[in-house]
Amino acid sequence: MTSVPMPSALTPPRLQRAVLILLAVTLMGVLLLLPLVVVFSEALSQGFETVVEALETEDARAAIELTLLVAAITVPLNTVCGMAAAWCLARFQFPGRTLLATLVELPFSVSPVISGLVWVLLFGANGWFGPWLDAHGVRIIFALPGLVLATTFVTFPFVARALIPLMRAQGPAEEEAALTLGANAAQVFWHVTLPNIRWALMYGVLLCNARAMGEFGAVAVVSGHIRGQTLTMPLYVEALFNDYDWVGAFTVAALLSLLALVTLGLRVLLERHMDHGRGAA
Amino acid sequence: MLIPLAALVLRPWELGAAGVWQSLTDPRVLAALRLSFGAAALAAAINLPFGLLIAWVMTRYRFPGRRLADALIDMPLALPTAVAGISLTALFAPKGWIGALLVPLGVKVAYTPLGVLVALVFVGLPFVVRTLEPVMLDLPAEAEEAAATLGATRLQTLCRVVLPALAPSLLTGFAAALARGVGEYGSVIFIAGNMPMVSEIAPLLIVIRLEQFDYAGAAALGLAMLLLSFLLLLALNRGQHRLARHLA
Repeated sequence: MTSVPMPSALTPPRLQRAVLILLAVTLMGVLLLLPLVVVFSEALSQGFETVVEALETEDARAAIELTLLVAAITVPLNTVCGMAAAWCLARFQFPGRTLLATLVELPFSVSPVISGLVWVLLFGANGWFGPWLDAHGVRIIFALPGLVLATTFVTFPFVARALIPLMRAQGPAEEEAALTLGANAAQVFWHVTLPNIRWALMYGVLLCNARAMGEFGAVAVVSGHIRGQTLTMPLYVEALFNDYDWVGAFTVAALLSLLALVTLGLRVLLERHMDHGRGAA
Repeated sequence: MLIPLAALVLRPWELGAAGVWQSLTDPRVLAALRLSFGAAALAAAINLPFGLLIAWVMTRYRFPGRRLADALIDMPLALPTAVAGISLTALFAPKGWIGALLVPLGVKVAYTPLGVLVALVFVGLPFVVRTLEPVMLDLPAEAEEAAATLGATRLQTLCRVVLPALAPSLLTGFAAALARGVGEYGSVIFIAGNMPMVSEIAPLLIVIRLEQFDYAGAAALGLAMLLLSFLLLLALNRGQHRLARHLA
């Protein structure tokens, strides 16, 4: 290769290269960066004090607390279920395996609105179980359980998706070795399975959490939009925006954007770790 | 997971087959479906050259800020949709940074179907870029080198050698962006203006029907959307396989 001079057509002229890079960077700047910059610029447009004020209102507090609560329930739940689903799909062949694999992916290919709709069809006032729940004084839709159900449904794929390719590539050999050496199931899980998947697991949990806190469409359908009670942060952004509270809406949006930025940063770090592990293996 | 889906499949039929048909052929529903699928397809098509350019630059060139740019590509997936929605609205409103530039040209984006398109281009871009990148990295350099040695210009190599090899993944990226765009809600409803028959998307109509306690009607529309996207993706998948086989 090196002895033959490279044909000139293979090394594109510098100008062409520079133009392409400039075009791509401009496109990314306008389409991807500008929306982010606008959020912070609008939030700070009236100065820093209005930002603090907007976050100190009772409704804002309630929205932040509710968002954290929903994520605190949803993320651990989906971590456990996602690990179980990934383990089943990566380790075993069983009838209905393809069906399970499709179901795991399903929430990603369905409109978030439909992900919320299905729960209303079940538990809403006119839902299958609505009258029964009503008679027993249980509220699911327009209350916390509905928000948790909808968020769980939407964020279910993240953990399983991060784990399946890795678990399949690693194979069961190490787990089987531990078992033959007399380890019990719990020991195998804590000392073999978990350390092997920890980075991918953290990756899945990270994305799951980001979506759980930022989900809009699915929770919009089940929330009922009761201020101070069933508004998560993204729904609160909508409420403020519709009230023409521009600065307030962008302040809460800026908080959510910070979450997105932290998520992206951590994701880059984790990806480097995962590539590293793969390189060493 | 199966029980909620069963509800979606079974609830519409409370209206009877004729009732379902009537509720789906309502002019407002047809307009919403046309907008959702049409804008999603157009946005996915626009994202093909955009994605091609970005993926090409990211995989072929090193430049300062490349790492940052790489992380930025996933921004539309990381940013909560409601945040994207209000910030795109702020950008493209007549007084916004971009909107103000378009006013003298007579172009209105915010609160028109064009706004829907802009939002869907934003959310769909990462799907195309991320589908193309690994394939571009795997393109055998030999083919391009051979073409060049045989006297092809850079443009000829691109059109005759590179693009055909990328065609299947372009179609895959198009399908992924389309699927996401059809169901997209949060980033669209703020910028769309939501005028019935004009800029009202199908997912919003589902929400409106639910608010009117028309559960069966909402389920009918949801099911119709699911089936339509499923058929569309199936067709695109077929096309992708055929293209891939043609290449092999």
